[in-house]
Amino acid sequence: ILFFGFGWLFFMRQLFKDYEVRQYAVQVIFSVTFAFSCTMFELIIFEILGVLNSSSRYFHWKMNLCVILLILIFMVPFYIGYFVVSNIRLLHKQRLPFSCLLWLTFMYFFWKLGDPFPILSPKHGILSIEQLISRVGVIGVTLMALLSGFGAVNCPYTYMSYFLRNVTDTDILALERRLLQTMDMIISKKKRMAMARRTMFQRGEVPNKPSGFWGILKSVTASAPGSENLTLIQQEVDALEELSRQLFLETTDLYATKERIEYSKTFKGKYFNFLGYFFSIYCVWKIFMATINIVFDRVGKTDPVTRGIEITVNYLGIQFDVKFWSQHISFILVGIIIVTSIRGLLITLTKFFYAISSSKSSNVIVLLLAQIMGMYFVSSVLLIRMSMPLEYRTIITEVLGELQFNFYHRWFDVIFLVSALSSILFLYLAHKQAPEKHMTP
Amino acid sequence: MASLDRVKVLVLGDSGVGKSSLVHLLCQNQVLGNPSWTVGCSVDVRVHDYKEGTPEEKTYYIELWDVGGSVGSASSVKSTRAVFYNSVNGIILVHDLTNKKSSQNLYRWSMEALNRDLVLTGVLVTNGDYDREQFADNQMPLLIIGTKLDQIHETKRHEVLTRTAFLAEDFNAEEINLDCTNPRYLAAGSSNAVKISRFFDKVIEKRYFLREGNQIPGFPDRKRFGGTLKSLHYD
Repeated sequence: ILFFGFGWLFFMRQLFKDYEVRQYAVQVIFSVTFAFSCTMFELIIFEILGVLNSSSRYFHWKMNLCVILLILIFMVPFYIGYFVVSNIRLLHKQRLPFSCLLWLTFMYFFWKLGDPFPILSPKHGILSIEQLISRVGVIGVTLMALLSGFGAVNCPYTYMSYFLRNVTDTDILALERRLLQTMDMIISKKKRMAMARRTMFQRGEVPNKPSGFWGILKSVTASAPGSENLTLIQQEVDALEELSRQLFLETTDLYATKERIEYSKTFKGKYFNFLGYFFSIYCVWKIFMATINIVFDRVGKTDPVTRGIEITVNYLGIQFDVKFWSQHISFILVGIIIVTSIRGLLITLTKFFYAISSSKSSNVIVLLLAQIMGMYFVSSVLLIRMSMPLEYRTIITEVLGELQFNFYHRWFDVIFLVSALSSILFLYLAHKQAPEKHMTP
Repeated sequence: MASLDRVKVLVLGDSGVGKSSLVHLLCQNQVLGNPSWTVGCSVDVRVHDYKEGTPEEKTYYIELWDVGGSVGSASSVKSTRAVFYNSVNGIILVHDLTNKKSSQNLYRWSMEALNRDLVLTGVLVTNGDYDREQFADNQMPLLIIGTKLDQIHETKRHEVLTRTAFLAEDFNAEEINLDCTNPRYLAAGSSNAVKISRFFDKVIEKRYFLREGNQIPGFPDRKRFGGTLKSLHYD
């Protein structure tokens, strides 16, 4: 219940700061998705802590899972289809049948998705939970791997001040001057155009764009010198406008970099810088592990915590009560992982939302985000199984049925590696390009 | 031909309210066919006859600077935008009639544009909230335009229009409500066209005739220092 309220608040404050909420259904759906996802994590934590009866936990799991799957597969796509269709003005009248059609297409593709993967086990029927979970899991795992691959590379890049280029005030001023000069040039050209149009209008000629076949013919044969000039100037103006946009973006970039430099000099900045180094080591280690997993085709049987403790016990000879400590530490770790991943996800979603939303499509985007979030959470439950000690894995295995967990882990590693490498390449290119642009006066 | 005098007017408002369509309609008397996101700033020019129909008629260029972005942008974007706010002679505030938040954001937009000088020196008179006193003191001519009038259902129209009337009163500005996809609203002779014409006249007056001495009758004395400081910023 608490989570529901939290999801609602988040929605109102962050996502919809600039828009009016018209369709309450959207808001409700989003909050409900959020609430159920968080309840899943709550259940995991209960699992470790041993709260509640075992059978009641099992029951809660099942129920939770059913509801989430229902939402993810039935309601959200339907609403997405509905809103997309209502945005397109042509089909406004027959909204309902078209959205059903869209939903059916979605289900079809969803089913097809399962074919190339070794998921179909002949023991279960078509509409069993395992089937649905497996497919949702595939999509979710892909998403997760993409996001974490990119995040793993982006995080050290952003935090570490090693990569910050040096930006001085004079650079910014020079760029601003160029920007204003470009705007002035655009203005003078537009003035000429406006004056030319006015004189033409007063003389009785109407400058219209050649539309249709006859229009083009007419403009070819009887071309008034005025309109020819206009199109020429218009092209120049277009090029200049493109230039002004580029300059604007560059200036914004420089301001952002300057702020980051200043931020890094403060205390908080230094702290984050240190964290950045730490994270970068962690990310590099993860990439390394992913490579090893793929190359040697091995999936870890025991979780890293237990193994770490075993290693320390063996090498350092310190007497640990393995069971006791592993339980606590893994609990803490799992908690941290959950919290940071939720937080990271929400922040990323917010940024993404700001970048591409507009008045019309805001509903669709929120629903898409809810969908992504649900899938993300489901698949992270799948993958968390990896980090937990053996005795806790049983309940997840029980609830989720016979899924090929190994397959998921392999798949995750592959995509993670791919996305990490591609983002490294991408960032490297972007980093190389930028200094060159600023070096040339 | 480019030797006519010029005036600079900013067009401000949230993303997607229709500033680019509006500017296109004002300057080229045509509806914008494919509106797309404005990155940075786009400028258009309108040739305006000051005091049309009288012997003092003179033609001016009015530059309409359409600045893109939202009020909640990162401060780096805001700093870059501030470069466009130099020597502004008038402001057109655009909001979306179907979206209440866009009209609330207009307060922040006007603060951003009018406080540009104070922000740059690092001293903010207010903490970003709407300060009625500052607006009462404001000399910059303002015009409020509400767009997407056609998307408001007939029954809700009255309520929406009263709300916008309050808004205009707050800003001590004129207001116009229209639909940017329909040139009928700005047809010559309509009340909207008259209001726009009057607004441009006011901008030109403040810009050119203020410096030549008090030619405008009934111009009240400015007692506060802040007010005179602002008027000296017109180049």
